[in-house]
Amino acid sequence: MPLLLELFLVFAKIGSITFGGGYAMLPFLQREVVEARHWATNDELTDYYAVGQCTPGIIAVNTATFIGAKLAGNIGGIVATLGVVFPSFVIISLIAAFLTNFAELAVVKNAFAGIRICVCILILNAVLKLLKGAVVDKLTGALFIIVIGISAFTNVSPATTVVVAGIIGLLAKKMRGDL
Amino acid sequence: MPLLFNLYWEFFKVGLFAIGGGMATFPFLAKLAVKSGWYTQQELINMIAISESTPGPIGVNMSTYVGFHTAGVAGALISTLGLVTPSIIVILIVAQFLKKFGESKYVKAVMYGLRAASAGLIAAAGLTVAWMVLLNQEALHAQDFSHALNFKALCVAVIIFFLTKKYKKVHPIVFLGLAAVVGVLGHFAV
Repeated sequence: MPLLLELFLVFAKIGSITFGGGYAMLPFLQREVVEARHWATNDELTDYYAVGQCTPGIIAVNTATFIGAKLAGNIGGIVATLGVVFPSFVIISLIAAFLTNFAELAVVKNAFAGIRICVCILILNAVLKLLKGAVVDKLTGALFIIVIGISAFTNVSPATTVVVAGIIGLLAKKMRGDL
Repeated sequence: MPLLFNLYWEFFKVGLFAIGGGMATFPFLAKLAVKSGWYTQQELINMIAISESTPGPIGVNMSTYVGFHTAGVAGALISTLGLVTPSIIVILIVAQFLKKFGESKYVKAVMYGLRAASAGLIAAAGLTVAWMVLLNQEALHAQDFSHALNFKALCVAVIIFFLTKKYKKVHPIVFLGLAAVVGVLGHFAV
């Protein structure tokens, strides 16, 4: 099988069996990419994940781009990425088409009213999990609180917030002499 | 055509600035709902549930759903491509000097500030969701504060929270399914 086609299919398979993305994808990547095909080592995967967390975009997408690029250059990176998003694209389009037609049914409305309560809790849990790595001292604690205030009560775009917070991190480390 | 171009551009920005994966795209999409009017906050919350219950990265699922909802299959395609374009560009550049990037003090310093902000953004968006779901919007409008709290929803929320803490290994789809059943049986849509 041509390498590019195989890249697309392997990443499409990974994209179609992982629920939740990110870390949920790691065991499947280890099996398909490291053990079955030797496209990367476990150490490389760990590096990709670490870098994927501090570069823009979805971690699963970033990791696919890394592995594709390593195997077949820029075009490999693009093909692997398209592979990993392909199943989402098909499945979600089908669901969206279905929901557009059935959204007004009472049973669908009631189900989603219940589901939205659960989503609150899922978001709360995601924040609690993130807090451990994000709020590590007084400054990051203050940043966390201030960002909540800014985001809830002003029209400042999240992009601006993220950029300013990155600069604050850089300046703080500089003033403490860590850089 | 302008709509598709706008979709691409807006999701390009989400892909560029939402750092850290998973829920990181959510606050961006919440602000986008207000700015563009392409979908409501309530529809966005439904989308989160669907994304959590289907395979694939949540950010990708959410952008596909929003794109489809706004402009059909073409919209879904364009939004997803917009979301992944910045990743592809940045990663192809970073891949040249992977080790150095991962260990750079400067990258770590930026991430030190950025992680706290990202958590704050998600928390703020979460508060908006809680406000919509746990408070009785009609009573709030009528300034009837004694009926402002949606007790039924609050009880379900507390129970689900403890269940997710007790059964940490259980996939969220189980809790979402449970909440759907409760919603149907209890006629939660008022």
